Amino acid sequence: MSGFVSVLRRELSLSLRGGGEMLTLVLFFVIVGAIVPFAVGPDKVLLAGIAPGIVWIAAFLAMLMGLEKLFGPDRADGTLGLYRLADTPLSAVVAAKVIAHWLTAALPLILASPILALLLSMDLPTFWRTLVSLLIGTPALAGFGALGAALTVATRHGGLIAPILIAPLSMPVLIFGVGAISASGGPGQTGVATLLLAALSLMVVALTPFAAALAIDWGED
Amino acid sequence: MSIDTTPKMSWWNRLAHPGQFVILTKPLILPLTALTALLFAAGLWFAFFNSPADYQMGDTVRIMYVHVPTAWLSQFVYATMAVSAIGSLVWRHPMADVSMKTAAPLGAAFTAMALFTGSLWGRPTWGTFWEWDGRMTSTLVLLFIYLGIVALWRAFDDQLRAARVVAVFTLVGAVNIPIIKFSVDWWSTLHQPASVFRPDGPTMPGSILTPLFVMFFAFTFLFITLQLTAMHTEVRRRRIATLERRAARGETR
Amino acid sequence: MTQRQVQPSLCLKTFALSVGRGETILAQDLSLSVPAGTGLLLRGPNGAGKSTLLFTLAGLLPALSGTVTLEGYDEDFGPAFHHCGHKNAIRPRLTVIESLQFWQAINGSAALTPVEALERVGLGRQAKSDAGYLSAGQQRRLALARLLVSARPVWLLDEPTSALDADGQKLLAGLITEHLASGGLAVIASHDAIAVENLAVLDLGGRV
Repeated sequence: MSGFVSVLRRELSLSLRGGGEMLTLVLFFVIVGAIVPFAVGPDKVLLAGIAPGIVWIAAFLAMLMGLEKLFGPDRADGTLGLYRLADTPLSAVVAAKVIAHWLTAALPLILASPILALLLSMDLPTFWRTLVSLLIGTPALAGFGALGAALTVATRHGGLIAPILIAPLSMPVLIFGVGAISASGGPGQTGVATLLLAALSLMVVALTPFAAALAIDWGED
Repeated sequence: MSIDTTPKMSWWNRLAHPGQFVILTKPLILPLTALTALLFAAGLWFAFFNSPADYQMGDTVRIMYVHVPTAWLSQFVYATMAVSAIGSLVWRHPMADVSMKTAAPLGAAFTAMALFTGSLWGRPTWGTFWEWDGRMTSTLVLLFIYLGIVALWRAFDDQLRAARVVAVFTLVGAVNIPIIKFSVDWWSTLHQPASVFRPDGPTMPGSILTPLFVMFFAFTFLFITLQLTAMHTEVRRRRIATLERRAARGETR
Repeated sequence: MTQRQVQPSLCLKTFALSVGRGETILAQDLSLSVPAGTGLLLRGPNGAGKSTLLFTLAGLLPALSGTVTLEGYDEDFGPAFHHCGHKNAIRPRLTVIESLQFWQAINGSAALTPVEALERVGLGRQAKSDAGYLSAGQQRRLALARLLVSARPVWLLDEPTSALDADGQKLLAGLITEHLASGGLAVIASHDAIAVENLAVLDLGGRV
């Protein structure tokens, strides 16, 4: 348990001392969201309609950005090999990294989401639902992200392949995530989507550390 | 491979040895090819000349004879890959690696064919090449997963390491596919009237069922034949790679 | 944290071990026996498979054939191997003492405290500084300190002398001697002479 906490603390202090990485991620998130009106036109009604989808896509893309540094530096400097020989099980190390990844790559985005809500003329009830859906759904993205990073850490150009692997798996997260916001499905559907999203998130966060640890253990040399 | 390679290997052990596997299954290729050709000849004859045009869809119904078998194979091939992945992870069966690797492009090809024929059929029936309906969408996602697996195989230099990593992803995908299917179904019923596509499909008369049935077996045997051939090729490819590496190191063994 | 006692009957044995990367065999049919209190020095030209053998002994690479066993070791005590490779696993932006505390938390079973270990390897004054600012030799010393904060019976050292100055080499020899005297064992790959008694030498030669 102390090993788990130590990995978490180490990851967080590396990120916090890393200078502007987190800020860059937030900037990316806001810019991706803010670019959409230029592409589809500044029609407020249209923007408000697709705003939940835009926020989710922006969050999804921004979280892909941070994947490279999840296991890449650890592999480069030999830390990953030592993790495999550690007392703390590799799956616990990965679980700590999933949590750290969420705290450093998802939480800042959620905190920045009011800016996008404003730019995309979201109304207040929709914004609250967006906030809840992001809070519930992004852990699943963090889990899938860690899995993708673990699968490709031993490859030469893994940075490009990880998103390709993760995107199809993350489809349900996007579906339920946006479904939990927009009321187009009639009454009750948003509640159903929120519950399904929560179930999915719990399952992904519980299971991916084990799969990712297997992938690292067997793919490394 | 050092102790008693030759005498009295069980069939399981013989299958596990790549060289023995090729020797053991080589005689199967010719009969399988003949059987596949025969089934296709019969199936196509039924499909073109001995089945009626549908009173609603007309001749486009014949696309079904390719579409339905390939759509079935898109899932059957993934199941083959998932079973191979378990064989690779649990028993470290060398041929399971090979089977997993060769099935991926085949699965991608069948899935692409199912999508292609599906949209050909969709144009006259739905009036559009692409409809975001539940089945087509989840088949598209399946195609992405197949292509991701092929890309992951290619990203590794060492195929032994690749096998284990790909096996993990294949199994994660196997767990995920039902979830994707469920979510996509939920999503498509949310966004469009259900009348566009009837999930139970039209009731089929026997004259349509016969060619469908034959084509179904024809495509399945096509997959088995291609899979075996590709596995043999892969075994040879690996042997050549090993020999080249040895030659590069100046060994004579 | 339970004290990991080291039984005198401890013995690292390999049987008909073949090691290599991918399908390329680098060393074949190794039957080694390294009893507690002794060390094994691996020699051989570049590419002879020294590092690969160490990786395989640690369990980081699968053996192509044959087995590695550590006789007389109770698996309940957790991993038995310290591996110290070419890479020091030191990250800039963490202080020296933080790095060491981290490895102690991960590897468990405290032996020396991080402060004591730093004093031992001569980095006491750098404890609070950023590990990224250490010189190559100092980073190597920090990597050695990692072996001291968690007690494990088997040390697998890959070129431990690289970047070390004369004092550092003496320090390394001292550490290994102490480790062997306390009933541990070590397998070391090095081109340099290491001033430690009880070292058997295995020449891996060129190719198989």
